[in-house]
Formats: sequence, C-alpha cells, structure tokens
Amino acid sequence: MKARHKRMMFIVLGLVSVTAIAALVLNALQSNINHFFSPTEVVANEAPKDRTFRLGGLVETGSVKREDDGLTVHFNVTDNAEVVTVKYTGILPDLFSEGEGVVAQGKLSPRGVFEAEEVLAKHDETYMPPEVADALAKAAAQGTAQ
Amino acid sequence: MNLFKYSAPSIFYPLAGRLATGFAVAAVLLLVIGLYMSFFVAPTDYKQGEGYRIMFIHVPAAWMSMLIYVVMAGWAAAGMIWRTRLSSMMASALAPTGAMFTFITLWTGALWGKPMWGAWWVWDARLTSELILLFLYIGYMALESAIDDPRRAARACGLLALVGVINVPIIYYSVQWWNTLHQGASIKMSESGGIETSMTDIMLWTLLIMTFACWCYTIAVTLTRVRNTILERESKTVWVKEMVQREEK
Repeated sequence: MKARHKRMMFIVLGLVSVTAIAALVLNALQSNINHFFSPTEVVANEAPKDRTFRLGGLVETGSVKREDDGLTVHFNVTDNAEVVTVKYTGILPDLFSEGEGVVAQGKLSPRGVFEAEEVLAKHDETYMPPEVADALAKAAAQGTAQ
Repeated sequence: MNLFKYSAPSIFYPLAGRLATGFAVAAVLLLVIGLYMSFFVAPTDYKQGEGYRIMFIHVPAAWMSMLIYVVMAGWAAAGMIWRTRLSSMMASALAPTGAMFTFITLWTGALWGKPMWGAWWVWDARLTSELILLFLYIGYMALESAIDDPRRAARACGLLALVGVINVPIIYYSVQWWNTLHQGASIKMSESGGIETSMTDIMLWTLLIMTFACWCYTIAVTLTRVRNTILERESKTVWVKEMVQREEK
C-alpha cells in the first residue's frame, strides 16, 4: 500500500468516526435540540411541567379572541390532532394569523392553559405572488362549493 | 491531459490570472441582472409583501457558506493526501469568502426575522448550527495565522476543516430532523429525482442567477487570493524572479 493510499484511508476513517460521534451525540440530545413541543406532546405530558418551554403549531381557525384591554389574546394552537389553549398579553408579529404557524414561549398553568411570554410567527417555505394566492383560494372555494 | 501539471504553482499562476478576470466579469454581469430581477421583476409575495426579497441574497449566501466549506475541506483533504502545495493554499484562500457569506446569511436572516418572526435571533437548530459554521471559519483563519510555518499550519488547519465538515449536513438537514422556527427548504429533490419548488418560476430563476453570481465572485476572489499567496511563498524561486524581471522591462 502506498503512503498516499494510507493517508487517504486515515482521512476516510477519521471522517467516518467523526460522523458516528456526531450522530450519537445529536441522537442523545434529540429532545433538547427541538425548538418547540407540539400540542400532541403537551397533551401527552411530554413537555416540562414547572419550567418554560416552547409550544409550536398552527393557530386554529376561528379561535383568536381578544380581551377588552386590546392586548390580551386567547387562541388555540393545533397540530391537527390535539389542541392547546394559549393566553398572551403583548404585540403579535406581522405574520401572525389564523391557520398560520406559530411558536409561543411560556409555561403551562395548572388549568392546562399555556401562558405565553413571547409569541413568534413561523413562516412556511411557500412563496407566491398575491394573484396566484387569490386564484388558489377561489379554486379551493369553488371546489368546496360543488 | 495530466491535470496534476496545474498543481505546480508556476503553471497555475498565469492560468489563475486569466480565469479570475473571466469570472470577475461574469460575476458583475450576473449580479446586475440578478439584483434587477430581485427588486423589479420578481413578484410580491402574497403573505410577506416586499420583505421576502431579502431571500435573494440570504439563500444564495447560505448555500455558498455551506458549499465553500465543503470545497475547502476537499482541498484540505487533497493537500493531506497528495501533499501538493497548491491544495492548502486553495483551502485557506476560500476561508475568508466563506466566513463573509456566513456572516451575510446570519445578518440578513436577523433583519428578516425581526419583522416576520418577531425576533432577531432564536436558538433553534438551523440558526445555531450556522453560527457554529461562522466560528469554524474564524477558527480556521485564526489557527492559520497563529502558526508561522506554512506546512504545519496547513496540516493543523486541514484537520480542523475536515472535522468541521460534519457540521454542513447538520445545517442542511436541521430543519427536517428537528422542530425549528426556521422554515424548511423551498427547493428540494423530489423522490422521483426531479427538483420540487414551492415558489414561482421567476422567483426561482432570480435565486439561481444570484447564486451563479456568488459562485463567479467566489471563484474570482479565491483565485486572486491564491495568486497572492503563491507570489509570497515562492518569492525566492527562479520563475517568480524571471517573471518580475520580464514585467519590469
């Protein structure tokens, strides 16, 4: 075996072992790397009880209610399987709306309401001009009407 | 044709000069077209309005930050295997440009994140791993300048580059492996092997032109940097002296 081939083999072996180490570490940290918990995980008691965590999902359509002070909002976060109610006092980001993704940071109250200190909008990877979005919405409306 | 011929600095130097000029011209042309399309041709987004246009610099910069690291690690590996002087010069010439693109990615991302998400920065897997990439580039450059002997510097830096390359797939797949605030990829390989996108064609083309502009820029700048390194390291050799004499006449 030539010296050059030996060096090549050392590099390949090194990369394989580094990959294996990284895979094991990341696998062990799996739950800590997740940025948020889904409503299903919260309902299944997989989210932490006494400390703050993040809850992520879609804002349930028709669930957003404002209190009279104009700042406190209640809404439901869903992953189309389970639902968690969120209470938040403060200004919501521009992209926050019903049916859109959201990530809220806060604590679960004893009554099971998620009291958020911070609400971030989660954007999806779809980009299109407004005319196309309108056309799609119309087509969907016609589709359901028929 | 023997490609190894070009690993000799004396033959590579004039070739790199011609290539650098060509790629610099291409970079300027593509950048002008790409920026015009980014601002005036690409349509407004239905949800984000005009703010989404920052992706035309953010996404190419993010791709470049990962691609440059992989290429850098490739040159570092080649330098270790074949012990060619040029390979480690190529690797170290790529590092500053890679660091610059990583910084642009993080910076434009923060500017977009504040109005869209409601936060400049969150510690999710995508953002954090991209920040680690910036530290890898900075560490690479710091390590190189800390060791005086170019050969020892190349070995130490090569090792760092190779170990760090594991971070690149982590960045790319972070949005699939974990729940992140950062959105998933808009352009990806479909299971049948084609390419799927969730944006209109004109947006895709703008993005691709901007990416090619970044490629050409990177090649031009890297080759220019390599030429400077060659002159510096080979300043005592006969071919450099002869070239300088020719140019002084």
